[in-house]
Amino acid sequence: MPNKTFFWFFLPTGLAMILFIGLPIISTGIQSFYAQHDQIVKEVKKCDPFGCTVSIVVDNEETSKIREAKPLGKFNGFGTYTDRNHLAVEEIKKFWNETESFGAFIDQVTNLPFYKALIFTLTYCLFVTPNVLLLGFIIALSLNAVARKIRGPLIFGTILPMIVTPLVGSLVLFWMIDSQGIIGANIQNLMNDPYLSLKSSKTLTWITIIIYGIWHHSPFAFVVFYAALQTVPQEPVEAAIIDGASRFQRIKHIVLPHIYPVVTFVALISLMDNFRVFEPIIGFSAEGSAQSLSWLIYDNLVNEEVILFGSAAATSIMTIVGIAILLAPVLIRTWKEFRIAR
Amino acid sequence: MRKILVTLLFLFFGTSAFADCNIKSGSINILANDFPALRTFVETSKQCKGNAEFKVTHSSEHNKIAVPALTANPSEFSARIAANSSIVPLMNQDLIRPLDDLVKKYGKGIQDSQLITIDGKVMAVAFMANTQHLYYREDILKDMGIAVPKTYEEVVAASEKIRASGKMQHPYAAAYKAGWNLAEEFVNMFIGHGGEFFKSGSAEPNINNAKGVATLNMLKKLSELSNPDYLTHDSEAIKVEWESGNVALMTLWASRSGTLLDDEGDPNITKATKLAGPATVGGGNIPAATLWWDGFTLAKNRSDADADATFRALAHAASNKKMVADAADQAVWLVEGFVPGPKSIGVIEAVKMKAKPYPMLPQMGLMHGALGSEIVEFLQGKESAEQALKDVEAAYISKAKEQGFL
Repeated sequence: MPNKTFFWFFLPTGLAMILFIGLPIISTGIQSFYAQHDQIVKEVKKCDPFGCTVSIVVDNEETSKIREAKPLGKFNGFGTYTDRNHLAVEEIKKFWNETESFGAFIDQVTNLPFYKALIFTLTYCLFVTPNVLLLGFIIALSLNAVARKIRGPLIFGTILPMIVTPLVGSLVLFWMIDSQGIIGANIQNLMNDPYLSLKSSKTLTWITIIIYGIWHHSPFAFVVFYAALQTVPQEPVEAAIIDGASRFQRIKHIVLPHIYPVVTFVALISLMDNFRVFEPIIGFSAEGSAQSLSWLIYDNLVNEEVILFGSAAATSIMTIVGIAILLAPVLIRTWKEFRIAR
Repeated sequence: MRKILVTLLFLFFGTSAFADCNIKSGSINILANDFPALRTFVETSKQCKGNAEFKVTHSSEHNKIAVPALTANPSEFSARIAANSSIVPLMNQDLIRPLDDLVKKYGKGIQDSQLITIDGKVMAVAFMANTQHLYYREDILKDMGIAVPKTYEEVVAASEKIRASGKMQHPYAAAYKAGWNLAEEFVNMFIGHGGEFFKSGSAEPNINNAKGVATLNMLKKLSELSNPDYLTHDSEAIKVEWESGNVALMTLWASRSGTLLDDEGDPNITKATKLAGPATVGGGNIPAATLWWDGFTLAKNRSDADADATFRALAHAASNKKMVADAADQAVWLVEGFVPGPKSIGVIEAVKMKAKPYPMLPQMGLMHGALGSEIVEFLQGKESAEQALKDVEAAYISKAKEQGFL
């Protein structure tokens, strides 16, 4: 396609992307450099049905004057990025100087909210993405091998986890693993420990969320792989059979190289999705044991009665940077292949 | 047809209709939490909507919607049913209007004690009170020869005895769900220990001390006597636990007593469910509980005509003797003419014991938020009480700095 044609094809999409993705990201970026103005408070008498007390309120007259002059807030530079609830630069320096062993240092760092969330997010990505690829591929291969008659219903059944709304899917599992639920109660019986709870143990909660993630995302990989498998040319496969290649060899040397670009694509999308893990944490009420970066943003925006726009914006920007870093190796590789192909 | 309807409505509600209720125009849109007493309250105000447009949103997620919805101009809602804690962000952002003129004009039946005044201006009109207090199973306590606990130390002892007898494995329950609920339990217990959240006259945190440690240790003891899933249990979940007969002692909101004592569920459990005042802790004489009021506030960013109509409709309910008589067991109403029934014991005892109201401070929401996430690891046994309190203070300080309180 000539560059000019491509440009006109891409223009509407490009404009929409700038309008709905580009500009909001820029505005989020700007927001992350600002903090609220210093609060001007005054002492007043407050009375309610239980009596009167003297305490403080925000002086709205004074505050609104400052707000009108500088509606964005107080410029804070990278202040929000480096504070304790984000990168915690000073705290980490302090821990490094104070702790005696490396293990103690790591303990202290992983106790900070941002790093706690980062570790969960990365663990989730690391376990879910490869398993999704593997499971999706295995399902696609097996379904490709069954008789055409029953393939339709089987495919529908397989993509069900993706059709089910994430929140509903996680809630169903949440109730099943309740200590009174079918899975939870049976595990208690098996282990002979009435105090065992999948929901109160951090490790078990993580495992549950990861298994849920694999269950939920595999159908996506499966659908794409299944479509790709339909394009595998039959001649080389037949030739390989005549040459006496085993099923495993055929997959390794013919099928996989053929669908390799699709594998890269699924890996990319799945990494991006997994890095933004959020719904299962809400669905499983797992806020206590597992926090992800997306959950931190949500927490800053809605969980408190005071909305922390600066904090949420800073975490959002760092999430974008995180995704970019994760995707960099794959993107660089694709780019190199693209250049060689040209 | 319309005339017939109007006449019928008049016949039904004529007795409780006030002369004030002749609302000609305007639009009323209310945001409220979702529990039976509030539904009754809003329904009562609807009776006098007259020609005004009337909409209501009942949601347990009301806290998340309120500030953004009232910041818009014009605001999505003309009124917000708020409580001690949820009025604060509205005040901080200057989103609600003073009601003095409206009270003077239309608030005839409203008692002075119902008015929430801040700096001499009426900012809200309260209509019900709430607190968390003890519920107990009379049959179980009697069988075991245990007296009704008055302190949390006695609650622990009683629960341990019940567990040792093998009757119940997890005899205690309270809403310990990580986040807002858990933080609320900390607030109650800390106040019971006589703690102050901030150094006097400033927004500096003041919880990393002996009182804070004692509070955490008591919460931990209680959590060990609860269902192991306690970190995921909110008020609704422990209500279900109670109704399944798994629990003998529970700390729960007074406003939930109605649903616990209704005809649904096992009649034997309902019959044995009894209410007591809130418990004290650590030898203190004020209860480890906070008093709450629920009241209505009016949005600032809405036309005066809408505010007028909304106030008249809500004032009708906030001074309605018939409502408080009919719904006497749904809440402890602050409205004139309310006769407290057996379901109000908790709140009345709390007031008698001089329980403190939930602190109405501009920075309290940040403290509450920091508590909800940072003390979890202590309860899970992953860090010490001192470390957890240090984390809470550090998390709070970062947030308070960003918000300009420090």
